[in-house]
Amino acid sequence: MSVLAAAATAPSFAFVIGDHLPILQVIVPLLGAVLCALTRRGSFAFAIAALVSWSLLGVAIMLLWQVLGAAAPITYYIGGWAPPWGIEYRVDALNAFILVLVAGVGAITIPFAYRTVGKEIDEDKQSWFYALFLLCLSGLMGMAVTGDAFNIFVFMEVSSLSAYALIAMGSDRRALLAAYQYLIMGTIGATFYVIGIGLLYVVTGTLNLADLATRIGPAFGTAPQPILAALAFIVVGISLKLALFPLHLWLPNAYAFAPTFVTTFLAATATKVAVYILLRLYFTVFGGAISLSDLPIAEVLLMLSIAAMFIASILAVYEDSVERMLAYSSVAQIGCITLGMAIATRAGLTGSIVHLLNHAVMKATLFMAIGAVVYRVGTSCMSELAGIGRKMPLTMGLFVVAGLSIIGVPGTAGFISKWQLGIGAVDAGLWPLVFVLVGSSLIAVIYIGKVVEVAYFREPGDNLADARDPPASMLIPMALLGAATIYFGLDTTWSAQIADTAAQILIGGLK
Amino acid sequence: MTGNLAPFLVFYIGAALAALTSGALRSALMLCVPLAGAYNLWTLPPSTTLDLQLLDYTLQLVRADKLSLLFAWLFHLAAFIAILFALHVKDRTQAVAGLVYAGSAVGAVMAGDLITLFVFWEMLAVSSVFFILARGSAHSYATAMRYLIIQVASGVILLAGILFHAKATGSIAFGSIGLPTFDGSAAAIGAWLILIAIFIKAAVPLFHNWLTDAYPEATATGTVFLSAFTTKVAVYALARGFAGVDLLVTIGTIMALYPIFFAVIENDLRRVLSYSMMNQIGFMIVGIGIGTNLAINGAVSHAFNDVIFKGLLFMSMGAVLYRTGTTKASELGGLFRSMPWTTTFCLVGALSISAVPLFSGFVSKSMIMVAAIEEGHPLVWLALLFASAGVVEHAGIKIPYFAFFAHDSGQRPKEAPLNMLLAMGLAALVCIFNGAYPWILYAALPFPVDYAPFTFEHILTQVQLLAFAVLAVVALHKSGLYPDEIPSRNIDAEWTYRKALPAVSGAVLALATLTRRGVETIGGKLVSRIERELRRQNGPEGYFGRDWPTGFMALWTTAMLGAYLLFAYL
Repeated sequence: MSVLAAAATAPSFAFVIGDHLPILQVIVPLLGAVLCALTRRGSFAFAIAALVSWSLLGVAIMLLWQVLGAAAPITYYIGGWAPPWGIEYRVDALNAFILVLVAGVGAITIPFAYRTVGKEIDEDKQSWFYALFLLCLSGLMGMAVTGDAFNIFVFMEVSSLSAYALIAMGSDRRALLAAYQYLIMGTIGATFYVIGIGLLYVVTGTLNLADLATRIGPAFGTAPQPILAALAFIVVGISLKLALFPLHLWLPNAYAFAPTFVTTFLAATATKVAVYILLRLYFTVFGGAISLSDLPIAEVLLMLSIAAMFIASILAVYEDSVERMLAYSSVAQIGCITLGMAIATRAGLTGSIVHLLNHAVMKATLFMAIGAVVYRVGTSCMSELAGIGRKMPLTMGLFVVAGLSIIGVPGTAGFISKWQLGIGAVDAGLWPLVFVLVGSSLIAVIYIGKVVEVAYFREPGDNLADARDPPASMLIPMALLGAATIYFGLDTTWSAQIADTAAQILIGGLK
Repeated sequence: MTGNLAPFLVFYIGAALAALTSGALRSALMLCVPLAGAYNLWTLPPSTTLDLQLLDYTLQLVRADKLSLLFAWLFHLAAFIAILFALHVKDRTQAVAGLVYAGSAVGAVMAGDLITLFVFWEMLAVSSVFFILARGSAHSYATAMRYLIIQVASGVILLAGILFHAKATGSIAFGSIGLPTFDGSAAAIGAWLILIAIFIKAAVPLFHNWLTDAYPEATATGTVFLSAFTTKVAVYALARGFAGVDLLVTIGTIMALYPIFFAVIENDLRRVLSYSMMNQIGFMIVGIGIGTNLAINGAVSHAFNDVIFKGLLFMSMGAVLYRTGTTKASELGGLFRSMPWTTTFCLVGALSISAVPLFSGFVSKSMIMVAAIEEGHPLVWLALLFASAGVVEHAGIKIPYFAFFAHDSGQRPKEAPLNMLLAMGLAALVCIFNGAYPWILYAALPFPVDYAPFTFEHILTQVQLLAFAVLAVVALHKSGLYPDEIPSRNIDAEWTYRKALPAVSGAVLALATLTRRGVETIGGKLVSRIERELRRQNGPEGYFGRDWPTGFMALWTTAMLGAYLLFAYL
């Protein structure tokens, strides 16, 4: 009898949950943040953060599942208010993919936080730390899930403000300056964005993305210049957020001095969500309404991407601090992502989108590995790390795996991205870009090779006397993402295929 | 794959085990690896494949056909000989690197698709560099880095080529690629890039400096490993992808001739062998370029024989280096008194490379020569004949003569260690066996062999060639025109007996040396200049690397916005 009753209620419960998946992406971490803020014990707050992150991943995967099964994007009206008056959440393959990416990185890396936060953050600030982390997570999820331009701005501020505070909590005093610089630059970026949105609102009278896409076209006939100005403001503003070269100057210090968990999380997610916003606005909103060649954005993006892939890679070569090296490598890899965007074909965009995932996975592994080294040795300067590979074999082994992926060795995720981008370049007739891609890989060989040389081919010094692999709570997240680096290099069902679907959505809407 | 491992895996597993063991156990283990590999290969069902799906492509990790199997067998044999030769070396890094290197070579020749080939291509590069690093000097470190950069760059070019090729043909299978005329299409760019990548690995002239730079710089045992694999993988790749491409005939001919001049004047005997290696690869490339069944058979069988006899010569020089600490011709001489076995083995190698009948070089090289004539390339045939005479001089006579005979240097080193002697003995045995009874080798060739090596005509041609070459050297030596201790003066002697083209050769030689020096110095200076400039710009204190004030970052942002707005309003 009771079994029957449960069977009868279960579908309706699942039905209710299934209906509200979009809003849960934001609400779950937001409530978690409040709970964390109310606790006074760091370990308690950690438990909340971990539970929230894990359940959030479940929710995100369910949503992706729904989206892949549905014929049209899933829409959700906040408070039942239909757009254009109410805020609409609108989920298709592209942002469902991003949601899983962000939630996945959060869920997998959160155990890494327990030890590192315990060591780097004062006990009385730890619950605040987790509250901020969940706020940041909720902001990033919100940016990805929402279909409203102003709502994007709100969530952008939620994630950015919490990120500034998180970076400032780094134990190095230079973290304060880095956070301050990030604050200034991030605010400029957000301001530019909101100016752009404001201009669009003035000429179209709407903030809903789908609505904007249909209204910009007619408005362009009467007032083209405000719309182009809006495009310029939005592109530059988001370019700052995603650290497009040369607007990346805030990034290396922010990543180098932030608490290691924050670096890992932000490097894998924050810039990726910014890329998503740019893709969405540029292709779906503007691309659906006006001819994108009215502004030379693709050309500028192409040049800056190439510059990023080379200059930032070379900067990485000369960096002594592995954390800063990885930060520069991130700038270079973001160059790869924007390169695919500049190519703007289905294959190129597939490369971009799949690299969002692949880069997140491998960079998180790298930052965790070097974070583990910092946890044990207290520094990430190569001059101090001679022979670390023998002292921390698992950690550095994973570093090498992810490093190979940065280089783009077949069998790793990085190869899939590079290959897709290369195919995209040849496809679009931009074949010199193939040399740009392999050339930047060659530079990556040098900077990853430098770490390998230091770690494995030198005798360990006295400062490494008690260095050893970190505890399981740090190793397991690293190993999971390291394994994912290999997995996504061999099986592309969940990466390239979804990315391809997403790319088709973006290209399909183009005018 | 019925219970068999992928052939390269045997070596990789062996390498992992070698990393964990040491001493006699590791030595025994290492010897077992190629044997286990050979067993695995023997029991491999015919035309086995091992496929894997990636993106829209099929990766074929293992493809066993006649061509790939022949090279796989060759590499197993070479690996066994090289490991035996290096058995006394107590260096874990070299042991592991050697197994990975050999395994990668096996993997590369058995790769059925281009991406798998690329992976092993780069593995070859990375694993082989340790033999050069192992010398431990600052000079060898610099050499190793140069070597690594060129090798990795070759792989990167290969990858770029694969991308174009895959886009143009929709497939990454590694079959015949061919060389379309260069018209800017993806297919043409792909084929050319792949070809250039292979050229670098094959040390084709102007891409060859890494070989003559790095091989003499490796350890005594390391060069033996190096000489066996890298360039032969490239030869395999050419045979697989570019058989019958006319350009290769020209390039191969140049390659067979080009190093002779340098080999003659070179003082370091291991560098002489490096040049001689290029020369032999030139023969193989000509064969591949001609592309008939006979020519391909000749090229492939010559690759097989070359690995063994060149390995043997490198081993004998390695033994000399091991005992005396040098391979400079001017510091050696008269070693036959105390190293009789090494001398004997070296002579077998020298006879083989000189293509003396009943030694291995004869049965394979003459196939290429005959194919050249049959396919109407008389000039190529002549050039190869001239190159053969050069081989007799610099590899057949110069190497054993200066090292073991000539002017007595007074050194009385001990005979080489037993493991070295066994390795050399095994190689010598293979040389003689293949030379006297080539039918087993012939049966393993990719095409049915319809060629009789020991005809009166073939033997007569070769013996004449040999006789005249030897006679000339002997005559010159007797008349005092062949001074043995200042090898750089050999040129004069050379030119006197090759009266047919003295002036031209002299000019070519001078020009070639000059160009090479010029390219090397200018190139070297340019590279260090660029490096310095890059460091200045991008180092931690450089323009892009230093910490900028916030206002500056904002300025960049404004500039970018301004630029866009300007476009919007113009």
